[in-house]
Amino acid sequence: MTEEQPLDSFSPKGPLEQRWTQHKYNLRVVSPANRKRYRVIVVGTGLAGASAAASLAEMGYQVKTFCYQDSPRRAHSIAAQGGINAAKNYHNDGDSVWRLFYDMIKGGDFRARESNVFRLAELSTSIIDQAVAQGVPFAREYSGYLANRSFGGAQVSRTFYARGQTGQQLLLGAYQAMSRQVAEGHIEHFSRCEMQDLIKIDGKAKGIVVRDLLTGELSSHLADCVVLCTGGYGNAFYLSTNAKGCNTSAIWRAHKHGALFANPCFTQIHPTCIPQHGELQSKLTLMSESLRNDGRIWAPKNPADCGRDPREIPEQDRDYFLERMYPAFGNLVPRDIASRAVKHICDDGRGVGHEINGQKLGVYLDFADAIKEQGADVINEKYGNLFDMYQRITSEDPTQQPMRIYPAVHYTMGGLWVDYNLMTSVDGLFAGGEANFSDHGANRLGASALMQGLADGYFILPTTVSDYLARQTPLEDKDYPEVQQAMNYSQSRLDRLLNAPEPKQTPDYFHRRLGKILWDHCGMARNEFDLKQAIEDIQQLREQFWREIKVSGNDKQLNQTLERAGRVADFMELGELMCIDALSREESCGCHARVEHLTANGEVQRHDNDFGFVSAWQFTGDVVQPKLVKEPLHFDFVSPGIRNYQ
Amino acid sequence: MKFILHIWRQANPQAKGFFEKHELEVEAESSFLEMLDALNERLITLGKEAIVFDHDCREGICGSCSLVINGEPHGRHRATTTCQQYMRDYQDQNELWIEPWRATAFPVIKDLMVDRSAFDRIIQAGGYIPVRTGAAPEANTQPVAKPVADKAFDAATCIGCGACVAVCPNASATLFIAAKVSHLSSLPQGQLDHKRPAKMLAKMEAEGFGSCSNYRECERVCPKQIRTDTIVTMNKLLYQS
Ligand SMILES: Cc1cc2nc3c(=O)[nH]c(=O)nc-3n(C[C@H](O)[C@H](O)[C@H](O)COP(=O)(O)OP(=O)(O)OC[C@H]3O[C@@H](n4cnc5c(N)ncnc54)[C@H](O)[C@@H]3O)c2cc1C
Ligand code: SF4
Ligand code: FES
Repeated sequence: MTEEQPLDSFSPKGPLEQRWTQHKYNLRVVSPANRKRYRVIVVGTGLAGASAAASLAEMGYQVKTFCYQDSPRRAHSIAAQGGINAAKNYHNDGDSVWRLFYDMIKGGDFRARESNVFRLAELSTSIIDQAVAQGVPFAREYSGYLANRSFGGAQVSRTFYARGQTGQQLLLGAYQAMSRQVAEGHIEHFSRCEMQDLIKIDGKAKGIVVRDLLTGELSSHLADCVVLCTGGYGNAFYLSTNAKGCNTSAIWRAHKHGALFANPCFTQIHPTCIPQHGELQSKLTLMSESLRNDGRIWAPKNPADCGRDPREIPEQDRDYFLERMYPAFGNLVPRDIASRAVKHICDDGRGVGHEINGQKLGVYLDFADAIKEQGADVINEKYGNLFDMYQRITSEDPTQQPMRIYPAVHYTMGGLWVDYNLMTSVDGLFAGGEANFSDHGANRLGASALMQGLADGYFILPTTVSDYLARQTPLEDKDYPEVQQAMNYSQSRLDRLLNAPEPKQTPDYFHRRLGKILWDHCGMARNEFDLKQAIEDIQQLREQFWREIKVSGNDKQLNQTLERAGRVADFMELGELMCIDALSREESCGCHARVEHLTANGEVQRHDNDFGFVSAWQFTGDVVQPKLVKEPLHFDFVSPGIRNYQ
Repeated sequence: MKFILHIWRQANPQAKGFFEKHELEVEAESSFLEMLDALNERLITLGKEAIVFDHDCREGICGSCSLVINGEPHGRHRATTTCQQYMRDYQDQNELWIEPWRATAFPVIKDLMVDRSAFDRIIQAGGYIPVRTGAAPEANTQPVAKPVADKAFDAATCIGCGACVAVCPNASATLFIAAKVSHLSSLPQGQLDHKRPAKMLAKMEAEGFGSCSNYRECERVCPKQIRTDTIVTMNKLLYQS
């Protein structure tokens, strides 16, 4: 690990509230008549990609889009439950763009860029306008006006929601906007296609290689720039709240072509998920954070009570530990803080529910008081679909007995490093949504990922991509040697996956093992010794993977086993970088809790002087030796304080 | 729990399919798809091709999963997608027949996976409100009565899975379209486009789906409980325009 010149984000200077407006004015535009001469590739059509593609196509560019599902409507944004923030101040409870900005900067534990976060807070209100105009059926009050609720890490009500299906409704809005452009011929969409490699011509991102998942055929696509909106990489942990297909492959390919990977170890572990019940489980299910508005989290005070029916445990023997530890925010403390508290209680032997590896992993989330106060109907109206989902999975009814919850991997704050224009360190390669690292620092506040994805897609990328295109001459259609190179590379990788020397184990076997290493050593608590061990373990596992990976069938057909093997291969490399990053950041901040750097009462302890920067990792040609490049963070408008939620 | 499984295998759209028999021991807590995962692990280890099926979120919201289990699209548990079926619900049925959706407009791609891209094309025919990005008025300038918003939301929860088509004797996509039309056209923002139902229904016919003759089977299997009163709403709009 060596160091070099600090990175420049090209953030504008001047008063924070004027930066984006001024910047937009300084950017170039392409005249409407010229726009159809430019081609843009958008990989991934979740919230970020679909909204970006729809907006760019409306402007008049020729857009090609790709996703691995059979329809853009199935991207994992669909699963977001709780809501989307916007500083509308409809409740007149003191909210403002400045307050949202401050909550996010503080929530991210002072590891995000001021300029970006302010812009996001500023754009938040337009997103709601846009969504409502598209027909997104947000919850409303009896007055007919939009309803809000509160979410973790905030003391105002600014979260807009559509029952427990906010992500679904926002994604369908973006999907429909995109469908309109497909019908008008401005977007050519390719479903069931997976990006295999990035094509760089003269150092600039000019295309991609994709594999048609139905026929197995590899093909190349060229454009004047490439936008990656391929989502998060939480599936590196195997068990997570992500969809089964979520992967890092697209951004990892980009990384290997020179795109810096920022803060890979910043992964959000969400406190309220349904606990794991068995070894062969394939995924974990989130219970929306909104439940913490009315549910009270507790564990038995006495380990002897852990096996008891919770309804029989008297009030005085219950420990409402979040309310006890954080009286000001109570059950609504940010996610990282809640998750660590839950882990702490379970490590203390006071967990409840199923035993996994000899430890009961779960605490209660109880609605009994809320039902008593507000009535079962009101509570059902708010959370009915979540209760149904819980009951479906556990066969327990949360209105009759408390839910059991435990933290699970949920979101990745890390991702491709991008500048203020959302361009990566590869010229012409942009990244939006969860795939970039941009706005959440070391911890994301609830209801702000949907906001970020849509701000990127509807408002930022259309502007910054236009500026980039204005400076390019449209790419000529001819044979470029780089295309054949990328095609050959992609083919050789498939061949390698299909022809391991001693084929023995399935992709899932390796994925589970990698997941366990990461969860144990690079999860909610990290330390130097374990991280070093994890790096060694992953290296060995990776060697075993390439020796023993067994994939049946071939590459000239639909082959889901091959798809999975390819994704696991990339997670194997990323997993190591996550540990290297966690090891090098010798402080605690947000989600990143290094046990060597906790205060006496277990809170994270930042070291701003030494680690007030973004860690951006460069691929050096050898995965085990990435190079660290730093982007120093400056706080001109807020002063980094101790994140106090007491 | 021990199961005898008869699983539909079909190499490609043109090939003739057949049921392949497997026996498997699974835990009651396992989900239906986790059972298929376990079977696939075994097949791969034996060097055989894994059974192909669509799935992604595994929490009942993306609409990918799509299996007919013992004759029922999405299995026996009501208002539930395939991925949210658990083996504990099948304790009294130890022999299971697992098939793909069957409809002319949803050709089988391989094994249990079908092509539902016709749904995307139906949406492209008019399932949207044509507003430009960045051109929207302040959201609260137009209040929407709560019952209207709630009704729109209920219709909007359709996940585009296609179970309604799979169960319909006519293989009609009417419920899917009616859900979208009720969602958009009942909101003030979506009322301008009077032709929406006609455009989407014409596309449905062109894609090879049948038409609706009120069997109402769709309502019974819909995992999101989209109701056939959305069809009534749509028909009203159709005759008004
Ligand atoms: C269960 C759950 C609940 C959540 N709840 C909330 C919430 O209440 N509020 C909130 O703000 N946030 C929430 N989040 C976070 C938020 O939903 C996501 O961060 C956000 O939706 C990501 O959007 P995206 O567009 O970046 O990625 P996605 O929606 O994941 O889309 C990724 C796209 O990329 C495509 N893709 C991926 N890899 C490839 C490849 N190799 N080749 C081609 N295409 C590819 C996929 O097909 C897909 O189209 C939640 C997340 C989860 C998992
Ligand atoms: S109406 Fe119901 S069954 Fe039909 S596609 Fe929508 S969710 Fe599926
Ligand atoms: S896998 Fe997403 S709904 Fe079943």
